Amino acid sequence: MFKLWKQGLASAIAITTLAMPLTATAELTDGKLKIGVLSDMSGVYKALEGPGAVIAAEMAVEDFGGSVLDQPVEIISADHQNKPDIGASTAREWIDAKEVDMITALDNSSVALSVQGLANDKKIITMNTGAGTTALTEEQCTPYGIHYVYDTHALPVGTATAMVKNGGESWFFITADYAFGHSLRDNTGAVVESLGGEVVGNVNAPLSTNDFSSYLLQAQSSGADVIGLANAGQDTVNAIKQANQFRIVQSGQKLAGMLVFITDVHSMGLDIAQGLQFTTAFVWNQNDEARAWSERFFERHGAMPTMVHAGVYSAVTNYLKAVEETGTDDSDTVRAKLGEMTLNDMFVKNGSIMANGSMLHDMYLVEVKKPEESESEWDLLRVVSKIPAEQAYIPLSESKCSLVN
Amino acid sequence: MQVIMAQALLGLNVGVFYAMLSLGLAVIFGLLNIINFAHGAMYMLGAFIALIGYSLLEQWFGISLQIGFWASLLVAPVIVGILGVLIERLMLKRLYELDHIYGLLLTFGITLILQGLFANYFNVSGTPYPGQPEALSGVVNLGFMYFPTYRLFAIVFSLVVCFATWWAIEHTKLGSRLRAGVENPDLTQAFGLNVPLMVTLTFAFGAGLAGLAGVLAAPIYSVSPLMGADLIIVVFAVVVIGGMGSIMGAILSGLALGLVEGLTKVFYPPAASTVIFFLMVLVLLFRPAGLFGKEK
Repeated sequence: MFKLWKQGLASAIAITTLAMPLTATAELTDGKLKIGVLSDMSGVYKALEGPGAVIAAEMAVEDFGGSVLDQPVEIISADHQNKPDIGASTAREWIDAKEVDMITALDNSSVALSVQGLANDKKIITMNTGAGTTALTEEQCTPYGIHYVYDTHALPVGTATAMVKNGGESWFFITADYAFGHSLRDNTGAVVESLGGEVVGNVNAPLSTNDFSSYLLQAQSSGADVIGLANAGQDTVNAIKQANQFRIVQSGQKLAGMLVFITDVHSMGLDIAQGLQFTTAFVWNQNDEARAWSERFFERHGAMPTMVHAGVYSAVTNYLKAVEETGTDDSDTVRAKLGEMTLNDMFVKNGSIMANGSMLHDMYLVEVKKPEESESEWDLLRVVSKIPAEQAYIPLSESKCSLVN
Repeated sequence: MQVIMAQALLGLNVGVFYAMLSLGLAVIFGLLNIINFAHGAMYMLGAFIALIGYSLLEQWFGISLQIGFWASLLVAPVIVGILGVLIERLMLKRLYELDHIYGLLLTFGITLILQGLFANYFNVSGTPYPGQPEALSGVVNLGFMYFPTYRLFAIVFSLVVCFATWWAIEHTKLGSRLRAGVENPDLTQAFGLNVPLMVTLTFAFGAGLAGLAGVLAAPIYSVSPLMGADLIIVVFAVVVIGGMGSIMGAILSGLALGLVEGLTKVFYPPAASTVIFFLMVLVLLFRPAGLFGKEK
């Protein structure tokens, strides 16, 4: 009897707590919701995130109606210049002086880690859409850090698995010679070997190498089935371009890009990039919903969205939803709500945010179309297969995050 | 052995760009005593002029004139040369009385402005140059490797330009006047030669060479606002190793260092980007004037 009474009381309290936000008392701490887009606005990642991310965030706010809980939503943005100290000091100023409630974008792993650490101290949610490192949700995970679009585990798993299964059993890596490249290569190599494949060689190329021909010829003479490019951005573009000049793909070897954005493919052109396979979280014309959003984005930005741009839109939208549903901008409450939600929009289907901050969602293995298959300037990619979320991301049971185990 | 020969050829390919750029720098330094830090930006500009002339002229200005690759080889150096004239006449001229460092800072500023302007419009991940001529698009079978025809053309073309420049400066009347003007401007002027004009034209020529190298590089590398910045530091090292101001030194050390870099990529890749600077330190320690430079 007493037990029953206790349960009744508990549920009564729970109902009241849940109902409270729906009453007129729901409001934001400072009368305004502010979202900060901190990105590389001028450097190597400008095209893949940068100003486009600000546009995506603004679109999200407009589509949400411009306000949440009858209070205006404001987007502010800044350039972190790929420098962790600048990123952290901007974030600090935003949080302390401008009362920013959530920070998104954050391409560049070192900037992302420093900002996520700072935001944790201040209890501010970060929704990272651009950085790659798994440390954000593993060794350095925080209760407020969310990693939204991809990580260095999700990218190679999909590509390597598919390629090994299609007969690409021996791999030679061309690796960008710094932490990101090495971890990408090691992760990919581990996948290849776990599937019975073999890593026959590796060459480390300095970051921002102009001429990859020498490394490509070493990869060619190794006789490997697949040349894995454990690099990004300009380095990947240069390597693929030069592989084409030396007829490496035409003579039977395959190229696998570990981190490629649609803007890179556009910059290379289909003649050169055709046949390249890589993993992405989003293809702008993968379905009608994505296409409609992307075309609106294109009108404003002049280029189709990368997976990061689409991710920013989705992250901001879902953050706003969580604020509205909980009736507060309190980070703990909003973060808890985000963890309960099933995310569904033009970017993500049935996504969920884990305790370690990793946003679990399906990824796609895509192949760059042949020039004759492409119907328009940005019609560049064909989806080869879907990589299920549980295969792409590190399972919670194996997580090194202190919040989980 | 095949691998080494292939890598040596690739090294030579890089070397001709080093040689052409350091040649321009050496001409400008040797004859004008200016350390032209804007040289990388002029190389980048050459590549962009080729790109814009080929594909964007109509889109931007409504001019239905497409400047193909061959025409770019002429147009780009001329435009970059004219820019050189403007920079020399309007800015550098005022700094001749001052220390080297002022010219260096000024040209460095120009570099940052040019890079910023282009980075603002074109993204930094690079734009492909679509105008590579059909005739050069194939591959040559050299027995030990397939080598892109275009790269072979770039090697031969650059070598011809380099040695023609050297010959013009060392073995023609014009060249001897130029050298006289540098050695003793007052005396040369007294003989009735227009030294300031010669200086301006020399700067324009050096700039034009960088622009030409940019056009040649466009089909091989993506055209990107930072392409010059990536190269210029290496090229400075090449000039130091060759001997500041030595024309032949710039050409030969450019080629040799390209080879050294290429072979380093086979034997110890991580050192490939630093081997040139390592050599520069050695050269500065034991022959401060460079391998071909004259001690003053």
